[in-house]
Amino acid sequence: MINLLLFPIILPFLFAIILLFFKENIKVQRLLTCIGLLISLVAALFLVAKVKADGVQAITLGSWPAPFGISMVSDMLSALLVTTTILITLFVVLYSFTAIGEERERYFYYPAILFMITGINGAFTTGDIFNMFVFFEVLLIASYLLIVLGGEKKQLRESIKYILVNVISSALFVITVAYLYSVVGTLNMADISVKIAEIGQPGIITVIAVLFLIVFGVKGSLFPLYFWLPGSYAAPPIPVLALFGALLTKVGIYAIIRTYTLFFVHDVGFTHGLLSALALLTIVAGCIGALAYFDVKHIIIYNIVIAVGVILFGAAQMNEAGLTGAVFYLIHDMLIKGALFLLIGIIVYVTGTSNLRKMGGLMKTHAPLGWMYLIAAFGLAGIPPLSGFVGKLLIVKGAFEAGHVLGSIIILASSLVVLLSVIRIFIYAFWGDPTTVELPTTNRRTYRKMMMPAVALVILSVLYGVGSEWLIPYMTDATDVLLQPSIYIDAVLKE
Amino acid sequence: MEFLMAIVIGILFMAAVYLILSRSILKIILGTGLLSHGAHLLLLTMGGLGGTSPPVLAEGVADYADPLPQALILTAIVISFGVTAFILVLAYRSYAEHKTDNMNLMRGNDEHD
Repeated sequence: MINLLLFPIILPFLFAIILLFFKENIKVQRLLTCIGLLISLVAALFLVAKVKADGVQAITLGSWPAPFGISMVSDMLSALLVTTTILITLFVVLYSFTAIGEERERYFYYPAILFMITGINGAFTTGDIFNMFVFFEVLLIASYLLIVLGGEKKQLRESIKYILVNVISSALFVITVAYLYSVVGTLNMADISVKIAEIGQPGIITVIAVLFLIVFGVKGSLFPLYFWLPGSYAAPPIPVLALFGALLTKVGIYAIIRTYTLFFVHDVGFTHGLLSALALLTIVAGCIGALAYFDVKHIIIYNIVIAVGVILFGAAQMNEAGLTGAVFYLIHDMLIKGALFLLIGIIVYVTGTSNLRKMGGLMKTHAPLGWMYLIAAFGLAGIPPLSGFVGKLLIVKGAFEAGHVLGSIIILASSLVVLLSVIRIFIYAFWGDPTTVELPTTNRRTYRKMMMPAVALVILSVLYGVGSEWLIPYMTDATDVLLQPSIYIDAVLKE
Repeated sequence: MEFLMAIVIGILFMAAVYLILSRSILKIILGTGLLSHGAHLLLLTMGGLGGTSPPVLAEGVADYADPLPQALILTAIVISFGVTAFILVLAYRSYAEHKTDNMNLMRGNDEHD
């Protein structure tokens, strides 16, 4: 079973290729997508169990010895992220059956999702820095298709900007890899870690660290580089937005966490200080955005930016509590953002608008939607025992241990802003007199069908919060590898 | 040789940045093309220009040209080729819809749709 860690990458890829042959037959497409994702989910769960039992799994493609071939490495962090990715995609696909519309389904919507999952899972699993670039491109090209699919005026306009930003950041990625290769002469991530440890961390490596921060900061929407995100993410339809919001920025965050715990650990004062300062600025910028808009999509999109800041601030502390919190919060954020976007999609569907001022009184007509939204909102803000609480608690604890009192205060204050921004949606959309607002006639059956995957995701996120005690061993496993690069290196190089 | 390459790469980056900062979509796309050319040349240079060393053909050869940067560039070229083709079609489609290729006029917000 040595190839187990490749299954979550190859299976979606295989099913995506098969789907290309059934362009006109939507029923077959839906069925095959679900089957493919379910099989991948089973493989991913097996992988988590295997990593839990036997430690970090590594395989070098083509049976080359380790630093020369392309390594794929699955530690607990990447195994957990792969599992969460497939899980969320499954729910979004179920939601898409009713929400995306036949026209888009006929034009390679499902294959594009599966190709994107291939890229995301590959980027989470790869142990080779150039291979990570390739997987980034795989997921980006699929996301280009998803963001422009439908060809509405607004989509075309925003997707050009999205693509240009990503093309430039990809060129920067190549440049950064070139510099890194010229200094250490290797691309295998474990080997890079060894080589950097040998030469200490001279200035050039610190420059490369900052370049990596810029490259992944563009993808992960870190403070001065998040400007493209709100406009682009608001353009595509809700299921695509849910996928992007829950998954794409997280790949950038994962890449930052991986490089900043594996490579650049010898000048923590500068690199991680910079990272935590930028993370705090990201939180502040996101908070301003989340309060400034009256558009439900934009409010939740700016909450993505806040979460990016919180996770990276936790990761920048480089102590056990901070990193465990970051991992905890990362997976929480994927689940809760998926759930929130799906719920927002239902609100937009039943009211026919995304402008808060034109909503009201939904509690009288759609009570279950209101309660589910409220639970998800509380989960996002981190009210115990819901899922956001544990992660944020650990991050704040880690920050206090590292002596970042100001940072902890900003994190705690940001929770209040997050709560305010999402409760504002609740007050405007669900309270009030339903007779003052004219709801468009919507199909009750469609509404119920859309509710099912959304409710399932909310329940999942609640379970994630309530069952955190049971999940802690997995999180500690993930953090151990991050804190001690030697575990990762040994798994790759001493096969 | 590396020094000369550094200057060439610098000129490519300079031209790319100038083009990317212009208003017309087509110029921006040409700029991204130049940027990726610059990045690929940089990758080649950073691997060390081997001079007259042969490629790895037989075992036991100590002095050979590093094959890795060439493999990387091949991959990167294919990717940037695909993306450029896609973005050209997208730009054309967007021009057909918006009747403009001026980025300043494509700023837009929800009210403009």
